[in-house]
Amino acid sequence: MAALGGIAPRGVRSTAWRWIVLIVTGVYFLLPLWAALRFAGIKAFGSVVSEDGFTSSLALSLRLAVITTVITIALMLPTAVYVHLRLPRLRRLMEGITILPIVIPPVVLIVGVLAIAPSFLKSSSLLLALLYVVLAMPFAYRALDAGLRALDLKTITEASQSLGASWGSTLWRVILPNLRTALLSATVLTVAMVLGEFTMASLDLYQTFPVWIYVNSQTSGQVSVAASMLALIVTWLVLLAITVLGTRQSRKTGGGTVTLFTVARQETRGD
Amino acid sequence: MTANTANEASTASTATGGLPGSERGGTSVVLQDLTRHFGATRALDGLSIDMAPGELVALLGPSGCGKTTALRIVAGFETADAGEVLIDGKDISHVPAARRDMGMVFQSYSLFPNMSALDNVAFGLRMRKVGTGSRRKKAAELLDMVGLAPQSGQFPHQLSGGQQQRVALARALAIEPRVLLLDEPLSALDAKVRLQLREQIRTLQQRLGTTTLFVTHDQEEALSMADRVGVMSNGRLEQIAAPDELYADPATAFVAEFVGIMNRLPASLEGGDRVTVLGSTVPVRAASQVAELSGKPVDVLVRPEGLRLEVAENGNGIVTTRTFLGSVTRVGVLLDGDVALQADKPSSEAASLPPGASVSVTLPPEPVHVAARKVSE
Repeated sequence: MAALGGIAPRGVRSTAWRWIVLIVTGVYFLLPLWAALRFAGIKAFGSVVSEDGFTSSLALSLRLAVITTVITIALMLPTAVYVHLRLPRLRRLMEGITILPIVIPPVVLIVGVLAIAPSFLKSSSLLLALLYVVLAMPFAYRALDAGLRALDLKTITEASQSLGASWGSTLWRVILPNLRTALLSATVLTVAMVLGEFTMASLDLYQTFPVWIYVNSQTSGQVSVAASMLALIVTWLVLLAITVLGTRQSRKTGGGTVTLFTVARQETRGD
Repeated sequence: MTANTANEASTASTATGGLPGSERGGTSVVLQDLTRHFGATRALDGLSIDMAPGELVALLGPSGCGKTTALRIVAGFETADAGEVLIDGKDISHVPAARRDMGMVFQSYSLFPNMSALDNVAFGLRMRKVGTGSRRKKAAELLDMVGLAPQSGQFPHQLSGGQQQRVALARALAIEPRVLLLDEPLSALDAKVRLQLREQIRTLQQRLGTTTLFVTHDQEEALSMADRVGVMSNGRLEQIAAPDELYADPATAFVAEFVGIMNRLPASLEGGDRVTVLGSTVPVRAASQVAELSGKPVDVLVRPEGLRLEVAENGNGIVTTRTFLGSVTRVGVLLDGDVALQADKPSSEAASLPPGASVSVTLPPEPVHVAARKVSE
């Protein structure tokens, strides 16, 4: 007993390590925020909302986020379901194709698209949304793919059909509710991507929220930093809301907690 | 009552009429010359089965014999390359699965994770536009019938494997299917639950009179539950018969060996219809099937109860093991020439056969099955 007296038990050591990691990580993330807050000052937060272009750029970003998310889910969900059910051999090929937008730089995409896009699209912010759909594809497809892998899709689809459900009913009442977590992950990732995208918007000459922050930083650094912090807080609130809503339903049906990292958890559970 | 409510009530009575617990007429099912290829593999090779209304037919066979393919063709999840599926005399080959009115219980757990047990059972009725009240009442009755009324509000992840399969059974029965299809529904369960559910399925099936096609690789399941058992091999139906007939009078060597325990004893063919084994010559059963074996080494197939075993000082075998099975004792014997066999003796007579005893094994002069000799590995 005396020999062991100087050594802390394993549990205590591991708890201490957790606290050290938490504190270091906390400092790493919070220090820049604290510095930004000091730099901007509380007054800047009040004046951000009344700045020229704040409302319109935020509205444009939110509109683009909604349009992009709707188109992305509408395209990716049936595709992912179809590939899982009917073309399982093409799953790897699909993964490869959907990852392409990450490999190709956004600047290449936008320059190429602007060169060939029809003029009615060039004059519409819809073009930007369509480009964002391409950018969101890797995140959305992978989130949905992971969700589908965690389901015994073939069996529940066949069970649904044997009970008299049409394809539409099967998709709406059986597949979609069980992909809730994956759909939330895909939505969060898509929205986060759209709200933070800068290159394409600026080259397409649209003043989205990130572009407005950049432009404003040229004239008023304090206001643009305050705007960035506001964006961060709003994004975290949205994520928190999604997490709470998703977890409430998911716990009821045995799916666990929904977070941005659910995608990773689903992938390990799926195989 | 509004027109809408009246319509709902009438649909409800159509879907729920008389169940649970009532006797119904049942539906005849005919599988006619079904053929199905997967690439170069022939999964079904002219399968034909005639099921009487209310009958439970089990398809039994080793993995890859085509039994699940046959079931999936009946369900509408696969299409046959050739042949027809007739329900009450009507070809349904081109009717989609959703409109076939067939209840199916799957091998893997197939409950919808987002729905409670009650909602799972009510799902098929919902698809048939049965009103909320009627479908919940019917679903509750069915859950009660499978002994899961207290679990009606639980979600699939809160239920055990056996409970999930019982909910799946209730769900399949809720739509009052014309045919019930069971795709190895017990294979994922432990032995005790499997036995209970086996009896429950059979009792319900007989009570409701639903024509049922049951696919399994477990012969005990098939023999204990089915009115008739169809043994399949390489996409073909080797034999379909009542369990006792299948055991006592197998039509082919494959069936003889696949169903129950079978000994193989080296033998030699004498002409086309007799065979010499253990020093005596006996007739060959299904002689037409052994014509191709002429001149080749063959084995005779004999069940443990088909052998005579007597204590003999200079017999042709030595007792190696003795296993008490109740009224009979199974005796393991090593014959001259290193051939091991099992023979059954009434337990009252087995006391005189301790391991090491010299015995004489003979064959009664009854027809036996003959198969090409199996080369031991």
